[in-house]
Parts: sequence; structure tokens; C-alpha cells
Amino acid sequence: MTLLRQTYLLLSKDLLIELRRRDSLLTMFFFGTLLLFVFHFAFDLPPDKVAELAPALLWLAFLFTGTLGLAQLFQAERDNHCLDALLLSPLDRGALFLAKTGFNFVLMFVVELVVIPLFWVLFNLSAWNLLPQLFLVTLLGTAGFCVLGTITAAITLRARARELLLPLVLFPLMIPVILATIRCMESIMTTGGMTAAMPWLRLLTGFDVIFLTIGILIFDWVIES
Amino acid sequence: MAQSTAAVKKRKGILGGLALLAIIAGLCWSLFVAPPDAYQGEVQRIMYLHLPSILTAYLSYFLVFIGSGMYLWKREKKDDLLAHAAAELGVLFTALTIVEGSIWGKPTWGVWWTWDARLTLTAILLLIYAGYLMLRSLIDDEQRAASAAAILGIIGFLDIPLIHMSVYWWRTLHQPPSILRPDKKPWENVHPAMLTALAISFVGFLLLYFYLLSLRYRVGEMRQEIKALRLERGT
Repeated sequence: MTLLRQTYLLLSKDLLIELRRRDSLLTMFFFGTLLLFVFHFAFDLPPDKVAELAPALLWLAFLFTGTLGLAQLFQAERDNHCLDALLLSPLDRGALFLAKTGFNFVLMFVVELVVIPLFWVLFNLSAWNLLPQLFLVTLLGTAGFCVLGTITAAITLRARARELLLPLVLFPLMIPVILATIRCMESIMTTGGMTAAMPWLRLLTGFDVIFLTIGILIFDWVIES
Repeated sequence: MAQSTAAVKKRKGILGGLALLAIIAGLCWSLFVAPPDAYQGEVQRIMYLHLPSILTAYLSYFLVFIGSGMYLWKREKKDDLLAHAAAELGVLFTALTIVEGSIWGKPTWGVWWTWDARLTLTAILLLIYAGYLMLRSLIDDEQRAASAAAILGIIGFLDIPLIHMSVYWWRTLHQPPSILRPDKKPWENVHPAMLTALAISFVGFLLLYFYLLSLRYRVGEMRQEIKALRLERGT
């Protein structure tokens, strides 16, 4: 119970700071939108190919924007040695992990909630009725990304060139999430239903659960100063 | 102290000599005694190096996992040195596997590289542990580098089954295992001379691996000693 309450307090602190400053959210959103334009120029997408490529392009955009968010994740804590103060307080480190994961998840998911419909508008896709299923996949994929991303952001926290190091460490570990989300969304887009996507969805859920548990258990060691 | 280092050195020398002998024996056996493959011909002989090197790499990653876990639990420098040494050797043996696989792949599949599940998995392993080594080198504070690396050593290892599963569902083209098959016993399916050659090669690789590991571990220890001496003298 204390874990949840502490998580809630930390998360609301982060969200409040973000609402006041809007640094991460705005940069992530504009970067995501910018990427859609860049993809369009790079691939010169013909209308009949867009639906096929949509999952891959969207996920590339989410990966990059998500990494941008992760690089900023502990910024507030690094400034003015706030992290030391947080670690001195009688706080469950698992709560810190959950709060940071939750915070990055909220940021990414808000961006995705706008970018996916925007993609549909910009590329004239007609399958609006598939959006709820696609959002479910995105939700699970983003959760996986944030869970593992928070751990890697925390271990690269004290490294030189950490912004460069973070994706280098994170992306190979994210292969199951990348494959599962893209294949899942592809099969939803082509078949219109969830049945063919079920094994991938199970894998994705498994990934989320496994690394969420590991994260809560080992965050004590991850964040120590 | 001096005598014990001499004894350790001697033991290491014996280990290295045994590794060399076993590898030479393995090469002789696999090049001259074992028959060529029924379908692939002579080129299949590269298997006698390919399989032992990937198995050694996996062993190495397992040792990284064990060393990392032990370090986080006990906080002893030796476990961290073990994990670091094993990670470097794991990267080395994985890279070797990929190179040998490419040389084998070109004549049999017609391509140096293909996005098959097992190849992809091996390449991802290489990337994960190269990232591990980079993480270590980019953190200045030694203790922090050790715990950050230990965390990555654990998560990376636990991620392997998931990556394995996902890339297998994605695609598979690699020849199915021909030695450990569910329907036949190894000695019914494969020529016994082939199995012997493989076994000798594997033993040779294991000996070589532990020889290199002990050398690399000693390098880590010596670095610690130098640092301690410098601190003592205040330079």
C-alpha cells in the first residue's frame, strides 16, 4: 500500500513539474510529428503502400521520441542533487522506479494518442475503426519500452555521453517489443481482427510483466549512489 | 606470495598447453578423420569450429550473469572482474561465430548474411554485450561502473529467451539441429567420427576459453593492484 502511495506522490510531483514547464511533452510531440514528415520525404510513400508500412514507421517514430523522453527522465533529479535528497528520504526504491516508468509512459502515450490519428490524416488511411485495437498494442508496447527504458536510463545516468549510450544499450534489449508490436499491428491492419495477433500480444504482455517485476526488485541496486 | 604466483603461472601454462594440444587434435580429427558431409561436402567441416565457438560464447554470457548476480549480492571485486572478463570473451567468441558462419553460409546458402532467426539472435547478443562493454568504459567511477554493468549483465541475460522467442516466430531458415534431434539419437544420425571430432574441438575450445579467461581475469587483478600501489604512494 505504501508502495502505491509513494508512487502516486512521486508521479504527481513529476507530472506537476511537467505541466508547469511542458519541456519534454512538447519536444517529444514535435519531434514525433517531424519524423512523420521526414519519413514521407524519405520514402515518398505511395498511397497503396502506406497501410503496409504504417506500423513500422509509427514505431520508429515512437522509439526515437521515447528515447528523447528517457534522456530527460532523470534531468530534474540530476539538477541540484535532488536525486540524493530523494534517496535520503525513507522511500521505497521500487516506488521511484514505478513513478519514473509511469511518468515516461504518460508522456509517450499522450504523444502517441495524437501522432497515430495524425498519421491517419496525413497519409489518408481509411481504417479508423481499427484504432482501438492498435492503441491497445501501442499501450502494451509503450509499457515495455518505458519499463526497460527506465532501468537503462538509470544505469547510464552517471556515464559520459549518456544520451548516446542510452539507445545503444536499450535498443538491442528492446528487440522483442519492437518485433511484437510491429507484427501485431501489421496483422491487425491486414486481417482487421485480433486473433492472428494473439501470440505476439502474449509475448508483449509477458515482457511487460517480467521486466516490471525485475525492475521493482532490482531498482535498489540500480539507483544507488 | 612470489611462490604462489609462480605456481599459478605454471598452472596457467599447463592449461594453455592442454588447450593448444586439444585444438590441434580437434583440427586433425575434423580435417582428416571425420568424413565429409553427405550433402555439403568438405565445407561442412567448419562446423567443428562454429558450434564450439557459439557454445563457448553462451557459456561466457552465463558467467557474466553469474558474476553480475554475485557482485550485486556480495559486493566483492572478484565477481565483477569475472563478469567483465567473461563479457569481453563472450563478444570475442560471438564475433568469431559470426565470421565462421559467414564463411560457411556463402558456399551453402549463397549469401554471407541472411536475416534468419539464429543469425539475428547471435548478432543481437553481440550488440547487447558490446553495449555492456561500452557502458563500463563510459562510467568513470569504478564502483558505479561495476554495479551499472552488473544490472545490465542480469537484464541482458534474462532478455535472451524473449529475444530468442520473438526472432524465431519472426523467421527461421537455419538448418535444424542435426545432432540433438528429438526423433533420433545422436549416434544413429551422425557419423561417430564426426561426433568425436566435434567433442575434441569442443573440449579444446573450453580449455582455450578458460585459459583466456584466467589471463583476462589476471589483467583485471593487476589493474587493481597498480591502483592500490599508486594510492599507497600517493602518486
